[in-house]
Amino acid sequence: MGPLIPNEIITGDWNFVIALLIGVAFGFILEASGFSSSRNLAGVFYGYNFVVLRVFFTAVIVAMVGLLYFDYFGWLDLSKIFILPTYLAPMIVGSVIMGIGFVMGGFCPGTSFTGIAIGKMDALVFAIGLFLGIFLFGEGYPFIADFFNSGDMGNVTLTDVTGIAAPWFALGFTVIALAAFWITATIEKKVRKNMTEYKF
Amino acid sequence: MMNKHNNTGRPHYLNPYFGGVLLGLLVIATFYITGRGLGASGAVKSSVVTVVETVAPQHAESSPYYSKYIPEDTSPMNNWLVFESFGVLLGGLLSGVVYGRIKKFRIEHGDGISGSKRLIFALLGGALFGIGSQFGRGCTSGAALVGSASFSFGGVIVMLVIFGTGYAVAYFFRKLWI
Repeated sequence: MGPLIPNEIITGDWNFVIALLIGVAFGFILEASGFSSSRNLAGVFYGYNFVVLRVFFTAVIVAMVGLLYFDYFGWLDLSKIFILPTYLAPMIVGSVIMGIGFVMGGFCPGTSFTGIAIGKMDALVFAIGLFLGIFLFGEGYPFIADFFNSGDMGNVTLTDVTGIAAPWFALGFTVIALAAFWITATIEKKVRKNMTEYKF
Repeated sequence: MMNKHNNTGRPHYLNPYFGGVLLGLLVIATFYITGRGLGASGAVKSSVVTVVETVAPQHAESSPYYSKYIPEDTSPMNNWLVFESFGVLLGGLLSGVVYGRIKKFRIEHGDGISGSKRLIFALLGGALFGIGSQFGRGCTSGAALVGSASFSFGGVIVMLVIFGTGYAVAYFFRKLWI
């Protein structure tokens, strides 16, 4: 049955209305979880607030397990969904750059939009930075095109690369997530004892 | 005024596990409806392409990068992720209204740094994130969250390397936050 739009159960005319509604839900969840605050987000790297890890890991394991069930019940054909392609070396380099940007800027792109929505100037400046960064990339592209397009493995899944079936990864991530929730709760309690000025 | 040792004025957030379940369900719903996932950096890319195309159309069309994102018959802004990201802004606004977090423009920064220093690092961090998200084929939303959730090998790599790098460099930027 699903995905509805690619299977033409919903026509493409609804695409942008649906995009807007999905975006509203996304923005609401991010803001309501506290992701509009850079200090909440950066807390994951310093042990005083693991809200990022909790929300993120919960979402990943719910979505992984949910997608597998949707496929199992025949509601959603997983062979028809978009799988992010893998360009191994450029993606590792890009993620290192993003990791540094995350700690320096305190936001990621989506969370900065919700920060702007509630009046955070630092979120607005972060988004201006995003714009400038992508512009710089676009201007410098001819010099880095070869590297950018290197290591193309196609739209591969974990199963394609390792030969291990997807449910095992869902199970593995769930176990790791539960362990991480428990460990980080202990760390957070210790670190917060020394912090009284910051509102969680 | 900050209150020491009590919870008055404490922001009201969703329970993070509840927020995570909602976000996970949203990822499933998005795949079910559209066959694709959520995203954020893509909308900024569309904005960049639009501005470059408006200011210097010949430059944009001759560029091997921008030209990939200029459609024949419509604007680069006529794009799923642009509408979705506009929704993110509205959704953030809605949550801000519901929980009373919309206030006048302000800069949030750690106790150890000034507001202007915070803005400089926000600009630099944003620029790095913008560059990195191009190499990464997406950011924390489209690549790390949605990519991992749909078992993409690259998505999991992006997730692990972003957070791993964050921990590796956190020490050098600790004055910004703690």
